[in-house]
Amino acid sequence: MPNLKDLKVRINSVKSTQKITSAMKMVAAAKLKRAQEAAEAARPYAVRMDRMIAALGANVSGGDGPKLLTGTGRDDVHLIVVATADRGLCGGFNSTIVRAARRKIDKLLAEGKTVKVMTVGRKGRDQLRRVHGDKIISSKENLARTVVGFTVADEIGRELIRRFEDGEFDVATMFFNRFKSAMTQVVTEQQLIPANLPEGEQEDTGELKALYEFEPDEESILAALLPRNVATQIFTGLLENAASEHGARMTAMDSATRNAGDMINKLTLTYNRTRQAYITKELIEIISGAEAL
Amino acid sequence: MAETTQFELVSPERLVLSRAVEMVVVPGTEGYFGVLPRHAPMISTLDAGIIDIYEGGSVVERIFVAGGFAEVTEERCTVLAENAVPLDEIDPAKVDKDIADTRDVLKDVSDTGERERLEARVVTLQAMARAKRAA
Repeated sequence: MPNLKDLKVRINSVKSTQKITSAMKMVAAAKLKRAQEAAEAARPYAVRMDRMIAALGANVSGGDGPKLLTGTGRDDVHLIVVATADRGLCGGFNSTIVRAARRKIDKLLAEGKTVKVMTVGRKGRDQLRRVHGDKIISSKENLARTVVGFTVADEIGRELIRRFEDGEFDVATMFFNRFKSAMTQVVTEQQLIPANLPEGEQEDTGELKALYEFEPDEESILAALLPRNVATQIFTGLLENAASEHGARMTAMDSATRNAGDMINKLTLTYNRTRQAYITKELIEIISGAEAL
Repeated sequence: MAETTQFELVSPERLVLSRAVEMVVVPGTEGYFGVLPRHAPMISTLDAGIIDIYEGGSVVERIFVAGGFAEVTEERCTVLAENAVPLDEIDPAKVDKDIADTRDVLKDVSDTGERERLEARVVTLQAMARAKRAA
């Protein structure tokens, strides 16, 4: 028969775990709200940036454009930017990103390409270090104490462009989680360099775009705009990632709290049964003792 | 009311301002230019300078931007700015102090990326101080 005291201890420990998880859930919910607002607020800039690039891209004929737009003409060296969270306890959030990135790396390696990795966020580095440690050329962590600032994205963007100009890679792709809802996040693969022109609408409004005047001229505007665009895309990715992280953590902590509740119920039931069994046993002892007299 | 054009000022972090204006003067790289309703479509880079918003023939709002891009179409003018501060909120003494502080930090920074960032900051702050003094 289980020991009553042990059961009591067990129940109490599960109870304090539940307190922690439910507190974490509430913290995550509050942070999620802020992260979502930040992502929402940053959207207008990204949208307008896309629109401008589309207008410019339509006017710059291929081949002679800046390298950030047209690429180096090769795709031998790939840089994979893996954006994850700094902390765990958020369900499959980090693992899904890393898994997608790893699949991409394996595919590129199988094609005989060279792969370099840049990690943003500690968890991504930790998980990739085991297999692809030799490919990590740079890692950033502790980026977002509260809300991701644009300076962070700008810094990463600058580093990326510096490495690109030094000829360290030909193609850069970023992996992050796009926020759909607190329950679902979608791993997204986004090509940063060469810039991915927003397609589709280009043809519909083609005539209108040709009417733009440019000051000073298309090339110089593009040369200034493209680095900003890289930073903006990273920024958008990081914001989406932050919202996803908190959403994932909230969901994970919610189910952890529920599981703890179930466990407490089960343990309490065992505890009560055991207690009754003890009482019954004692009664039987007393009665049979009395009868023996 | 006179004809208006939709003016939008957007920073990476948020939509700073969106309003109908009669005219807005923007610091283009090749000189300040005014945008009136039904302006010909154009895209321009911006230098650090002041955006003036006109209503009823006089300036109603002045905003400092540290460079960026402007997209003008017939019905709107969108400015993508990296750093936008209303001119009223700039305190020249504080800006001067910031410049000195940043220079101090800059002295013992060796990392290229960090240096670049700080140097850009000094340039921005200097432009800010100049704009404020000229105003």
